This record gives sequence, C-alpha cells and structure tokens, in this order.
Amino acid sequence: MKVLVAVKRVVDYNVKVRAKADGSDVDLNNVKMAINPFCEIAVEEAVRLKEAGTATEVVAVSIGDKACQEQIRTALALGADRGIQVETEGAVEPLVVAKLLKGVIEKEQPQLVILGKQSIDGDNNQTGQMLGALTNMAQGTFASEVAIDGDKVNVTREVDGGLQTVSLNLPAIVTTDLRLNEPRYASLPNIMKAKKKPLDVHTPADLGVEPKAHLTTLKVEPPAERQAGIMVESVEQLVDKLKNEAKVIS
Amino acid sequence: MSLDFDSARLPNPNFNEEHEAWRTQLRRFIDTEIMPYAEEWDEAGEIPMELWPKAAEVGLLGLGYPEEYGGVQEGIDSWYGWITNEELARHSVGGVNASLMVHGIGLPPVINWGPDWMKQEIAPPVLRGEKHISLGITEPGGGSDVAQLKTTAVRDGDHFIVNGSKTYITGGMRANWVSTAVRTGGEGAGGVSMLLIPTDAEGFSRTPLDRKQGWWASDTATLYFDNVRVPVENLIGEENKGFLVIMTNFNGERMAMAAGMEALGRVCLEEAVEWARDRNTFGKRLADHQVIRHKIAMMKQKLNATQAYIRCCYEAIEAGSPDPGDIALLKVQASETMEFCAREAMQILGGIGYMRGSRVERIYREVRVNAIGGGSEEIMRDLAARQYKL
Ligand SMILES: Cc1cc2nc3c(=O)[nH]c(=O)nc-3n(C[C@H](O)[C@H](O)[C@H](O)COP(=O)(O)OP(=O)(O)OC[C@H]3O[C@@H](n4cnc5c(N)ncnc54)[C@H](O)[C@@H]3O)c2cc1C
Repeated sequence: MKVLVAVKRVVDYNVKVRAKADGSDVDLNNVKMAINPFCEIAVEEAVRLKEAGTATEVVAVSIGDKACQEQIRTALALGADRGIQVETEGAVEPLVVAKLLKGVIEKEQPQLVILGKQSIDGDNNQTGQMLGALTNMAQGTFASEVAIDGDKVNVTREVDGGLQTVSLNLPAIVTTDLRLNEPRYASLPNIMKAKKKPLDVHTPADLGVEPKAHLTTLKVEPPAERQAGIMVESVEQLVDKLKNEAKVIS
Repeated sequence: MSLDFDSARLPNPNFNEEHEAWRTQLRRFIDTEIMPYAEEWDEAGEIPMELWPKAAEVGLLGLGYPEEYGGVQEGIDSWYGWITNEELARHSVGGVNASLMVHGIGLPPVINWGPDWMKQEIAPPVLRGEKHISLGITEPGGGSDVAQLKTTAVRDGDHFIVNGSKTYITGGMRANWVSTAVRTGGEGAGGVSMLLIPTDAEGFSRTPLDRKQGWWASDTATLYFDNVRVPVENLIGEENKGFLVIMTNFNGERMAMAAGMEALGRVCLEEAVEWARDRNTFGKRLADHQVIRHKIAMMKQKLNATQAYIRCCYEAIEAGSPDPGDIALLKVQASETMEFCAREAMQILGGIGYMRGSRVERIYREVRVNAIGGGSEEIMRDLAARQYKL
C-alpha cells in the first residue's frame, strides 16, 4: 500500500507572530519556520504504517516555494521514502492546494492520503475536505486512530460529543487530530541519510492546474490587548459588572 | 522585524536544508526532554542519568565523531556544531550543557591521539551515553599556566604511578575515565603527557564542588590520585608530547563556548525585548524610553558583531586554516558580549530579573565561568598577542 502525506511549511509554533505595520500580513522576515505540527503527526502515522508492514511506500508532498524542501527533507528524515515538491509562488489557498494534491494523487495512485486537519498559520481546516470532494474519495477527518482492515480503513474521529468510528473504502483521505500519535524526533543520522532520498519537483502546469486566487485579505491585525484586571469587593459587585459592564450575563 | 532568538540571528548562507532540519529536530528534543526540567535540575544540582542515552539517540552526543564508534561524521561540517551550541543555549541552564556535553572536551584527545584499542573501548559507550569521560588539566595550584602542572606520572615497568590532584573538573563526579594531563618528564611544557585514567583504579578518589556561582546542575569535582597505577598503553599521544594534545583540543572547545555565549546573549536580548514591550513606566512602554531603546540596540549591535566573527572563524575552519589567535580573541569577544547582554537585560527586567527562576538570572550567574574556563580572557589576549608575534 502506498501512502501519500502532505506537509506544509508554517511559522514555528513557538514564534509570537507580529502583524506588519501596514496590516497586509504577518511579518515573516527572519522568522523560524517548521513543519506544521498536524502534518508531522500525519508523517508519523504513515511511517508507523510502514514499520508495521502495512504500507510499502511513504511519499511526502509539499506545495510551496523552494524553501518548503526543508520540510520535505524533515519528513524524509522522519521515515518517508521520497518527496515531491509542487513549486508555487506566494500564498496558495486551500482550494488550490486541494487541486494540486488531486493532481499528485492521479500521478501517484496512493491507497491512503494523510493530511493534517489544519495548518497552524491559516487555521482553515478545509484542504482535506476539499480534496475528498474533488477526488470522490471517502474521508475520515479529525482522526485519533487509524486502523487498516483489508481494503478498508477504520478511522476514529474526534467529534463534539466524543468519538465516532467510520469505516472507509480505500483509497481514502484521513486528516489527523492532535491525539493520533506523538511524532518522533528525526535523529541526526536519519537527517543525513534523508539527503540521499529522491525529491522530485513538479510545476502546477505539470499537474494541469492553474493556481488562482479566490480570496483577498483585507487586513491583518493583532488581537486586542488584554486590559488590566480589578479586584471586586463583593459577589453583588461582580454580578453587576458581569451584567452591565462586560455584558456576558443578563 | 522582531528581536526574538531566531529573528536576531543574522542570515548565514552556509546553512542548508539539513542544517535547518537538525536545528528543528534538536529544538524539539530540547523543548521536550530538557526545557521543562532544566530549572529543577539546576536547583537540585543534578541531571538524571537517562538524559545521556536520550541525547545519544537523537544524535547529539555522536555529532562529529566517526561512524565506526557510533558517531555521525559524514557530511557534518562546522555549521552543525554552531547550531547545536546555539540550541543548547536556549534553555539557559549552563550546568546541564557543561555536564551533558563534557565528552566534547574529554573524548577528542582519545579520538585524535589515542591508540586503536582505546578508541574502540572508550568511544562507543561514551557516544551511546552509557559511560562518561572528562578532561583533567587544571590543578589546585593553577589552571592558566598548564606547562607548570604538578601531577606526576612516574614510570614503573609497564605502568605509570600517578600522584597529585585536579580540580574544577566538569563531569568529574560521574566520569568513568579522565583524560588527564600529567608530568612524565622534566620542567615545562616538554615534560607533560596525556594519560587516560579510569576512575575505578585503586588510589583514585573525588569530592564534589557543588557550591558554585552557576553551573549548579554540573557535577564539578576535585580529583585525587594517590599512587594510582595506570598501564603505559593508556598514554594518549606520545610521552612528553601532551602539551600539543592539550593545545589542539582548545580550539574546538573555544569555538563551542563562543557559539554558546553569543546565543546566551541573544536569549538575554529576547527576554529584555519582551519585557520592555510589555512593561509600562511613566505612562509609556519601557521600550519607548530612549535609554532602554539604546540598551537594546547596543545588545543587538554586539551580538551582530559576535555572530559575524563566529561565522568568520568557522569559515576559516571549514577552509582548513583556522587561526588560534583569532579564535582566542573570539572567545573574549563572546564573553564580553554575553556579560554586556546579561547586565543590560537584568537592568531592563528590574527586580524580577533578580529573582531566581528566569533565564536572565541564570545567565547572569554563568557569565564568569565562561570568561574564565577554557582559557580566561587575560590568557586569550596573551595567546593572541603571541600568535600575532607582537
Ligand atoms: C565551573 C568550572 C568548570 C571547569 N571545568 C574544567 C574542566 O573540566 N577541566 C579542566 O581542566 N579545567 C576546568 N576548569 C578550570 C578552568 O579551566 C580554570 O579555572 C582556568 O583555566 C583558570 O585557571 P585558574 O582558575 O587556576 O586561575 P589562574 O590560572 O590562577 O588565574 C587567576 C587569574 O589570573 C589571571 N592570569 C593568570 N595568568 C596570567 C598572566 N600571565 N597574565 C595576566 N593574567 C593572568 C587569569 O586570567 C585569572 O583571571 C573549570 C573551571 C570552572 C570554574
């Protein structure tokens, strides 16, 4: 079974991002970038399937400019067998990513596609679902457990009320939630070995896709700053302030 | 542009994808396995033994050592070393790094100068994190003037009989072996040899030096040799040629220290900037008072200069022509920068900076060990002046 995992280059989760003064975007100048944490979970799951003998090949794909090869290399160091970069410029929207991934799926014919449920930069939570719709493949989103069962995959999903298990026919699309697994560290020897693994570069045109923008960002601004607190004298005063000042109870 | 740890690093075109991958993975390792406990270990004055095998697993201990002993050397250049020392500085508990990475000064003499049997027996368990090796040069009678050391090793058949003492030895309480400088010959540098001394040998004893200004987590020790019999085959390098072994070891140690010190200065910058942006006095942010702005700008200025100088020295090393004088002065540049940044950051933090539990407070306490150990500022300048044939 071939598994395709998608990985995205995002701002490292530790970075306190700042909005640019002109409000056009967040400031990415000289900021530490890393693999999206949910994508890392996706890679880990694929590598575990390979270690268990269920998967035969793990292919990591990333969409972005040349810099995203760094994240593909990380996926290779974590245990993926080869990489694919779809070279794009600037920001790409979830729909475009989904179309490009569909192109890769057509070329690669994987049995299972694992993506993060969202990336921590845009927090869109759309790509997996859009990909499911475009490819007509079954989808199991927010996975906390993935078990291959013959030509099916059983996906335990984290839903509002608890857990839901769905049984999907392969090929299928899975998006990962936080509790699916704890990704390993890539060791230095594995990072060095990953250098020798193949990494192919495609253009959107190779996949028959023309990247288009459907969204315009109007403004990027930091969240309102937290105001200093006050000590209230009594419960009555607290209730009064919650009702009349904060207006959170009525 | 913000001034956090990563943003305040000047771009370096020598870094490629693998370097960045190593930074990312090492950071994850440190954030998970060290960062949450570092302060606790520092206060306890001890690091759990399990940390070494974990560090071995991720590749931290083996970095730069030959594959045949369990290391990773192929494709490893100086930039991996810089990244490693930078990343280790982020948790800012110097004692953890000093002890965890002490094989970085104890093992190279064995690897570079030791006989085959020694490399095969010592290096693999050290690089697996199962055994420990320290470096013993400094004596109670003096550290800077290495050529005057007094510990003697007198030949008796196929053994040396060692008498004397070493002090301030990092990792000394836990070491299984000590690469030790001893006097086998006459006066001065020409009578010094390096000898591998196992700490389970009869006549060896040690006491902890656990009340220190900083580096609390590190097991610093005084070592005593009382008629310790050491086989002649434990010589590291040739007899009476130990001074060369010691001096070649210093370049690597000084580069690692400089890289760590600059990064510690950068942690101070990061903490000071965050505080200055947040804290209000006299109706405006600290960061809006000109005096504070200038402190921050000067920290960045000195950090920039140090980073550029580090890069310059690593480039010379990569080109195969390092200048020991330049490296000695780099160590001074770095300790002065660290000192300046620790001072200014603590001023900017005010009272909270003086309270235990913050990175700046720890770094402030660990300036001097960096300015004294591995060659003091005075000795570094002296060495450089000699190198430049003044
Ligand atoms: C925490 C810690 C860990 C250490 N770990 C190790 C270790 O693992 N292994 C090891 O071998 N050593 C270790 N050291 C020892 C360290 O290398 C020495 O402290 C250092 O070399 C200085 O030697 P000293 O303390 O004997 O000072 P001295 O040599 O006595 O010097 C005292 C002062 O005089 C100055 N001075 C000396 N000579 C001159 C001169 N000619 N001109 C001008 N000024 C001069 C020095 O710069 C210093 O300021 C450690 C030290 C510390 C504090």
